[in-house]
Amino acid sequence: MAGSRIKLELSRVVQGESRLGVLKGLGRTGQHCLEVPGCLLYSHLGTVPHLTQDTLHTLKNIPAVTQVTLSSVAEHQEVLQEFKGGFKKFAGLHDTVVYCSLHDPAALCPPGYTTNKTVSVWGSGGRIELTVAKFMAIQKTIQPDWYQSMADGETWQSNTSRKRLRKSVDRTLAHLDECLTIHQNSQDLQGVEVFGVVEGGDILEERARSARETAKRPVAGFCLDGFQTGSMDQTLRTQLIKAIAKELPEDKPRLLQGVGRPDEVLACVEAGVDLFEGFFPFQVTERGCALSFSFDISLDPERAGRAPPAVLELNDDETCRAGEGQPNGEVTDGDQTQMTSFEINLKDKRYHDDFRPLVEGCGCYCCVNHQRAYLHHLLVTNELLAGVLLMIHNTAHYIGFFSTLREALANDKLDLLKRRQVILIATSFSVTVTPDGFESAALSHLGMESKHPRVKINMTLIWLQE
Amino acid sequence: LQHRALPGTLSADNLAECPVTKARACDLILPHSAVSTPVFMPVGTQGTLKGITVDQLDGLGCQICLGNTYHLGMRPGPDLIEKANGLHGFMNWKKNLLTDSGGFQMVSLVELSEVNEEGVKFKSPYDGKEILLSPEKSISIQNSLGSDIMMQLDDVVSSTVTGPRVEEAMHRSIRWLDRCIAANKNPDKQNLFAIIQGGLNADLRKACLDEMTQRNVPGFAIGGLSGGEEKDDFWRMVTLSTDHLPREKPRYLMGVGYAVDLVVCVALGCDMFDCVFPTRTARFGSALVPWGSLQVKHKQYAKDFQPIDPDCPCPTCKRHSRAYLHALFKSDTSAMHHITIHNIAYQLTLMRSVRQSIVDGRFPEFIRSFMKQMFPSPDQYPSWAVDALASVNVTLE
Repeated sequence: MAGSRIKLELSRVVQGESRLGVLKGLGRTGQHCLEVPGCLLYSHLGTVPHLTQDTLHTLKNIPAVTQVTLSSVAEHQEVLQEFKGGFKKFAGLHDTVVYCSLHDPAALCPPGYTTNKTVSVWGSGGRIELTVAKFMAIQKTIQPDWYQSMADGETWQSNTSRKRLRKSVDRTLAHLDECLTIHQNSQDLQGVEVFGVVEGGDILEERARSARETAKRPVAGFCLDGFQTGSMDQTLRTQLIKAIAKELPEDKPRLLQGVGRPDEVLACVEAGVDLFEGFFPFQVTERGCALSFSFDISLDPERAGRAPPAVLELNDDETCRAGEGQPNGEVTDGDQTQMTSFEINLKDKRYHDDFRPLVEGCGCYCCVNHQRAYLHHLLVTNELLAGVLLMIHNTAHYIGFFSTLREALANDKLDLLKRRQVILIATSFSVTVTPDGFESAALSHLGMESKHPRVKINMTLIWLQE
Repeated sequence: LQHRALPGTLSADNLAECPVTKARACDLILPHSAVSTPVFMPVGTQGTLKGITVDQLDGLGCQICLGNTYHLGMRPGPDLIEKANGLHGFMNWKKNLLTDSGGFQMVSLVELSEVNEEGVKFKSPYDGKEILLSPEKSISIQNSLGSDIMMQLDDVVSSTVTGPRVEEAMHRSIRWLDRCIAANKNPDKQNLFAIIQGGLNADLRKACLDEMTQRNVPGFAIGGLSGGEEKDDFWRMVTLSTDHLPREKPRYLMGVGYAVDLVVCVALGCDMFDCVFPTRTARFGSALVPWGSLQVKHKQYAKDFQPIDPDCPCPTCKRHSRAYLHALFKSDTSAMHHITIHNIAYQLTLMRSVRQSIVDGRFPEFIRSFMKQMFPSPDQYPSWAVDALASVNVTLE
């Protein structure tokens, strides 16, 4: 595995942490590349949920890498074995790079099934137990372009003991070494790249150790596991990722697993993450919502520095919602299925006769051809087309967000992007004053009037002020 | 080739008539586009083909599809759709639409309905409210929907019902036809079709035909069939109806969509068909093929690396194997969409081949080879089909 073909060419490193660049040399013939920070294309068994190749290709700038998960593929090992041509061909995929992860970021696994020698994935027929040998045997039938090594990541629950976390680091390193041995002796996996996995839960020393040790192995990049949305708050996540990043080589990519919410993405890019799993648009789709947050940073320079233009550009939806009691108003780091402030709930009666596109100016197939009222109707009547159209839009919007994120990094406009996120979150929910009035100071710095009697601390505000 | 101008906005360019059977092929010139007949019309009940975008539907060559007055009248309602520039605007379908009147729901939702001379009273399953679907109301909704072809509200009785109710329904359908014609606000933009009733009673059917053909409508549907009756009775009513319908107006046989039924009923003189079967069965993993159907979800296809039909040019068959689709059914709803696309392609391709064979003057040969492909041996040919085809001078082996 000496001299991995994957190369990360960084064009900028902002404030020593945020990275901008291109991941090159992807795919068997090394001809694919992926801009970073970027996201992968999320799939169920190679298919973007709800979409066929025709509807998928209405999208421009589809991420060059498709993520498939062992949880969807493992049960088809025998079929793939007989097929002999590898997963990409089996699925009839377009010309894409295939990355194989262990788990599906949108489906949490029940804990308690990991052992010293095995991890488990859940397919449609139930639990499948994997030893490294079986794991590698499946990889040989899949023939991905790159895969993550088998890992013990069952540490996303809070209050996992130090002992357990240490075990997860040790086991994961042991699995990695075994994977690499098998990999290096396997003709079938010639040209396939391996990512090591950094574990360690919420303990800084374990995280650093895991990173340091993994970096010693001949891997092409690093997966950061155990940071899934809901496992910890962003401050801790940022702290841990920065500590990990210190131990990792600059020129190899870092893929963060299980984090997809735009504000968390921003924060993690600032901590040094390059790649994200692209499952967030799917989750938004499944709850009948459409991503609508603005990420436009091309602001009129005349207005910069005065009352935040971001507030003025919030469309009616967001300001209305601030006044109404949202059922789940908190931007908690909790349940991934909860609606966020980045989306509109198209099932809401107000969209019944709203003939605007989901997002004005969005060039996706859904926004060009259909209106909110139609999506509302499809959702109310439980029609399958709702999922198709929402998946197209949400994926397009998310791709656009990453594109803008890269542009912001390139042009030193990251602050503007962050500010937009903060205001979006802060105006959508009631906020509470803390004794030292810090938050109200932050809000007034942004020129924002508090619409509510109480102002509450919001994590995102804090990192903006750092 | 003769061009005949018809009342309303539909005109038919006759291309061909089969010299052996009663089959015809023509181009219906409808407001949104031409429609080549014989034609199978996919059903998009609630303003959408389930899981398929309008672009995908257009890409398959579909020229006309269905929407449903009862369902759309309930949700989202005619006013909203009118605001959206009609059903075409609401769903963004640029070709033709045919709307059913809501009559069939009288049978399918019989628990929830009650019929009298005024109309059909439905109890809404969504909010328990009672709504009255009268001929006037049905036409009003269809006027708001703006469909290219509208169906009269008919008094529909299940084909398995016998006795005086059948006769009552037939006479009432005639009276309702007249009320529908009177209520139509857009006779120059929307084509109102009559629906022949009379159940399985030849005399009643004939009486209905005699009356309804006196009305100046652009087309006729044959209704009250395809509801579980014996096939032997079914085909006899179809052919009786086409015998007495005007030659120069299209004949729409409602609710027919199985391949064998389509081929036979084209031979009996029908031009237009609709059925939920191909798209519904797709969602259960059943793929339609020239030799029957293929249950993709069955174990036997887990390692079958061929496409559903190697000769099918649809997007599904061009890209995916039975094995992949079999696996995909366990992972994602898109598996249904792949089969839906294939099944629509199958139906449209079948009708295209039927039409071409009529135009080329070789429809009887087409029928024979179609039956050979569909059934393993001649003794498996359904006897009703053999009889029906014999009645129009086509002898199978």
